[in-house]
Amino acid sequence: MNTVIFRTIAPFLTALMILFSIFVLLRGHNEPGGGFIGGLIAASALAIYGIACGVRPVRRAIHFHPMSLSAFGLLISCLSGLPSLLTHVAFLKAHWIYPEIFGVDLALSTVMVFDIGVYFVVLGSITSIALALEEREND
Amino acid sequence: MAVSEHTADVSHAMITTPVATADWLVVSPIIITILGGVICLMMRKQTKIQPRIAIATLGLLMLSNFGLLARVMDKGVITMVMGQWLPPYGIAFTVDATGAMLALIASIVAFATALYGVGDSDAASRRYGFYPFLMLLMTGVSGTFLTGDIFNLYVWFEVLLISSFGLLILGSDKAQLDGAVKYGILNLIATTLFLIATGYLYGLVGTLNMADIPRSVAALPNHAPITTVAMLYLLAFAMKAAAFPVNFWLPASYHTPRIAVAGVFAGLLTKVGIYALMRTMVMLLPVHHALLAHVLAVVAVATMISGALGAMAQSDLRRALGYLVISSIGSMLAGIAVSTALSLTGTILYAIHSIIVMTGLYFVTGMAGRMSGTFALRELGGLYGKSPLLALAFIILAMSFSGLPPTSGFWAKVLLVDASLKSDWPWLAGSILVAGFLTTIALARIGLYAFWRGGPEGTPDGTAFAYAENADMTAPDVTAAYTGMWLALGLLVGLSLFIGLAPDGLVAIAKTGAAGLVDPSGYIGSVFGGTGGHP
Amino acid sequence: MEAGFAVLIGFIFAASIYLMLSRQLIRILLGISILGNAVNLLIFTAGRLEREVPPVIPDSSLVPVGATANPLPQALILTAIVISFSFFAFLLVLAFRTYQELGTDDANEMRVAEPKGEARPPMGY
Repeated sequence: MNTVIFRTIAPFLTALMILFSIFVLLRGHNEPGGGFIGGLIAASALAIYGIACGVRPVRRAIHFHPMSLSAFGLLISCLSGLPSLLTHVAFLKAHWIYPEIFGVDLALSTVMVFDIGVYFVVLGSITSIALALEEREND
Repeated sequence: MAVSEHTADVSHAMITTPVATADWLVVSPIIITILGGVICLMMRKQTKIQPRIAIATLGLLMLSNFGLLARVMDKGVITMVMGQWLPPYGIAFTVDATGAMLALIASIVAFATALYGVGDSDAASRRYGFYPFLMLLMTGVSGTFLTGDIFNLYVWFEVLLISSFGLLILGSDKAQLDGAVKYGILNLIATTLFLIATGYLYGLVGTLNMADIPRSVAALPNHAPITTVAMLYLLAFAMKAAAFPVNFWLPASYHTPRIAVAGVFAGLLTKVGIYALMRTMVMLLPVHHALLAHVLAVVAVATMISGALGAMAQSDLRRALGYLVISSIGSMLAGIAVSTALSLTGTILYAIHSIIVMTGLYFVTGMAGRMSGTFALRELGGLYGKSPLLALAFIILAMSFSGLPPTSGFWAKVLLVDASLKSDWPWLAGSILVAGFLTTIALARIGLYAFWRGGPEGTPDGTAFAYAENADMTAPDVTAAYTGMWLALGLLVGLSLFIGLAPDGLVAIAKTGAAGLVDPSGYIGSVFGGTGGHP
Repeated sequence: MEAGFAVLIGFIFAASIYLMLSRQLIRILLGISILGNAVNLLIFTAGRLEREVPPVIPDSSLVPVGATANPLPQALILTAIVISFSFFAFLLVLAFRTYQELGTDDANEMRVAEPKGEARPPMGY
């Protein structure tokens, strides 16, 4: 797998895939997509980078341990349910705000925060499994 | 722009009445444990701070569950529907006395485990996630006890299963991997069976809300297909609870992890299966339970006797305890087989007692193993001389497990035997007593060999065996480690004695819970409104 | 339509159970993976198969216009797929580690936790 072509192209491919994963994550509210599939795409991006350049550069690139990313995702998913406490509705009730930024009506919601959390959970857990498998193959 | 919910009338799809802040106690166990777990997970390098976070989180969880139980006993069954969707469309969390009581006891045991883990977990196992996984395990366990949706129950089962995998392979030594493979595969098959049954049930009744299912099942013209579903649930949860023919994953794996992990597993995981059996067989499918009652009774007898015999045949303390877990499951199954309000009271009480005592016995064993460096019965001995306090704790827990007064096990067994006799199942009552006798023999032998005799095999009897003085026993950090262990053990032993001496309050709660299982009108009323929200 | 699917699900279950009865760990894992897919198909069929429009509510309305497909089984299956996928990934890593450590993938030879021919417990005092 360590061909020159693959090693040259992998960083670009990874960057593109991560960009695409964020696109899929954000369009997920009204179109097909969402946090889970976005996280999977991002995790495969990192897996490709790992196959091409080895596991160590990937771990350096993401800086945090994959499990910490996962935990962070779970944290913000869980926190996204808490605003309901202040408004006397049940846990995980969706709250929306519609701020106008540069003349564009932007719909922001706790659902989106939850979805971003899912993105991180999937990214972290799949990456940690993929890296564990790739690491074994190398030694 | 789409029709916004600010302008539309959503009362057909959503609950519009405000939710009382106190009702948040229903979901707070989930929120507390997830937050504590992920904070610990993000601080995986700070192995010194993790225990503090875990103890604080689980202490908070205990308080929250205590508040929840008080509120349930005060107001009756409480329901909160996630995201305000009208039931049965939204996922409901519905808490009755059974669920609240078991959640409380589970959180107490988890708290004790966190204390015990201060000494039992080294920096490496903390880095690999002992505390985070313990808290996420509690997320799964709490969710299981509190949810009111059968598919959501499946999800919580998986949450606790994946956390238990993490705990099981903390050290990654060969025996742990071996045990984890068997544990993992068989438990995954069990939850898949659960999912199959749930799929069938959904195809037949078109609902997954546990308050909606009894009504829809009763309205079905043909009950034959549901019997298949009941049988599948029985098989799936019997596998989770380690009932006789499908229990071999338990003795294959429970002795491999750290004692703190094994203790919390033995206390909680199998009881989750018992709880699910009570919910599905008694509350959701009562008609089909009657068909399967004899199957359940035979399974119960086989489980309690085979467990007790298995415990007598083991020479490793931890493996003997694994079989004792199985034996205790048999007694709880007996209560479910009889399935009267009285017998279910006995089962709930026995589950509470068994959660406390099994974890306590594992902790005693762990400390005994730590003091003498082995778990083999042949090589143990003289522990009474080394630590009389530990011997006392063992005696109390062993008496409790065997069902002798004045401990918690006595009342649970009295209720179960009484209920079996009253419902004309004398052989079931007899089996409970015989199994109790056999476990007494097994435990008494452990007591005699490990604690009472002068020293390990080969030492002349009657002479105190001179242990090689453990240099590290007096080092300050080791003393601190033992402090946590003693606190955890003291909490559990004290609780068992307290229940034994003052059982009235707990029996009353268990009675309320059992009545709610036999007649779920309060449960249904809490979800769908109308009468019966209060007991 | 449902009958055809029921037969198909039966075949998939049969294949997965056949694989799970094997002694090789990797076959058992493949069996579990197939079992998960069989269950997903079962839930999908349990929600009734009909050629209806997707359950999307148009902008101008608050309720679906006309009959739509049942969205709940799809949500259930999505959850079940996620769970079975992550479990399969985890078990794969676990099995691989076990194979490396124990040097076998034969379930009968994995006896580290429960060794053969153990000493009996002491029989009397």
